[in-house]
Amino acid sequence: MNGGRPITDDDLQGYIDDAIDSRRRAEVEAYLADHPQVAERIALDRALRGAMRDALGPIADEPVPAELNLSRLIDRHQRQRRNWRSGPWQVAAALLLMVMGGVGGWGLRSAQEPPRAGIAALAQEATDSYAVYAPDMGRPVEIKAADAPQLIQWASRRLERPVSIPDLSGAGYSFIGGRVVPTPHGPAVLYMFDNGKGTRLTMLSRNMAIDRDTPMKLGNAGRVTSVSWSRDGLGFSLVGPLGEAELHPIADVARAQFNQAI
Amino acid sequence: MLLVEPLIPRLRRYARVLLRDSVAADDLVQDCLERAISRWHQRRADGDARTWLFTILHNLAMNRLRQTARRGPHVPVEDASPATIARAPDQEAGIHHRDVMQALDRLPDDQRAVLLLVTIEELSYVDTAKALGVPIGTVMSRLSRARARLRDEITGRDKPAAPYLRRVK
Repeated sequence: MNGGRPITDDDLQGYIDDAIDSRRRAEVEAYLADHPQVAERIALDRALRGAMRDALGPIADEPVPAELNLSRLIDRHQRQRRNWRSGPWQVAAALLLMVMGGVGGWGLRSAQEPPRAGIAALAQEATDSYAVYAPDMGRPVEIKAADAPQLIQWASRRLERPVSIPDLSGAGYSFIGGRVVPTPHGPAVLYMFDNGKGTRLTMLSRNMAIDRDTPMKLGNAGRVTSVSWSRDGLGFSLVGPLGEAELHPIADVARAQFNQAI
Repeated sequence: MLLVEPLIPRLRRYARVLLRDSVAADDLVQDCLERAISRWHQRRADGDARTWLFTILHNLAMNRLRQTARRGPHVPVEDASPATIARAPDQEAGIHHRDVMQALDRLPDDQRAVLLLVTIEELSYVDTAKALGVPIGTVMSRLSRARARLRDEITGRDKPAAPYLRRVK
C-alpha cells in the first residue's frame, strides 16, 4: 500500500483507457500488484476494450457512401438557401433598382415571402402538414386506414368533389390513414403512408383556383422533398424524407392512379 | 468544414453500433451533416469540431432510439459487419468478437454510448460528457457499469435473477 491518494474507480477506468498520467499510472500498477483480484478484473476489461476496438475499428475504413459526400451536401444546402431566399436575378434586379434610386426595390419584398398561390403554395402547405403530422407518434392521423370509407366521405364532402386514396403499396408504403386539414386555400385532405421502418410519406390534395393543370414540380425543404402537380382543378403534393430519385417514381404511380380514377 | 470530412467514417461507425442498423445509421449521419452545415456558423469558435459533431449525432440517435422503442421492439442486431465480427478470436484472452458485439448490444443505450465514445472514438472523458450533455461523474459511473456488465456477460455471469430494470428518470 502506498501512502498517496487512494486509488478510485475513476483511476482504474483511466488506467484501462490510458487516460491517466504516468505517475498515477505507476500508483495504479502498484495497487494492482497488491490486489490480484482487481488486477484480474482490470485485465479482462482491457482485453474487452481491445476486442471491441478490433471488431469495430474496420467500420471506419469502409468507403463512405455518396449520400454522405460533404461537398454534395453543402452544394445542396446552398442551392436550397438560394431557392428559399431569392435567385441571383432577383438580387441583380434589386441592386439595379437601388442604383437607379427607385423605390421599386421594395416591391421585390414579396418575392422573398412564401408563395401565396398556385402549385408552389400547395407544395408549401403540403410540406407544412408533413412537418406537423408525420413525426406525430401518438396520433398522426385522425381517421385510420381501417375506416378509409369514412375518410373518403368526409374529404369528398369538404372538398366538394370525389376524392380517392392512392395505393403506394407497390413502393412499400402502406396507407395508415388521414384527415382534413386547413390551408389558406380551403380544406385539403391529407393521406399518410408508412413503410414500417419509420419513414412516412404524406399526400395533400385540395382544389386549385389557379394552376389547375400543371405538370409535376419538385420542391425541397431541408430533408423533405415534395412532388406536386394538378389535374382538372385538383392539386396533389406528395411529401417525404426521400431524395428526388426515390420520391418521383412514387408520385408517378399516384398520378397514374388518379388519372385513371378521374 | 475541412475538419468535418475526415470524421464522417467515425460518425457512421458510432451511429451504426448505437442503432444496430446500418441504413438507419447512414440516414442519421446525413441528418447530422446537414445540421452541421446549416449550423456551422453557430459553432463555438473555441469548440472542438469532433465533440460538436458527436453531440449532434448523439442527440439524433437518442431521439431515434426513443422513437423505435415507442414503436415496439425491433428486429435484433443486424450484424454490424459480419465479416469483421466473424474474425478469429482474440487468442490471448480467448474473447470472440461476436460475443463482445452481442454483449455490447445488450447494454442499455446510455452505457453503450459512453463505452463507444470513450473506447472506440477515443473522446476524452470531458469531451464525452460534453457530447452526451451529462456531468463527467455520470460518464465515469456509466463507463464503470458498462464494463462490469460487459464482463459479466462475457464470463457467463449474466443470468440475473430478476429482469434488468432500467431507470427512466
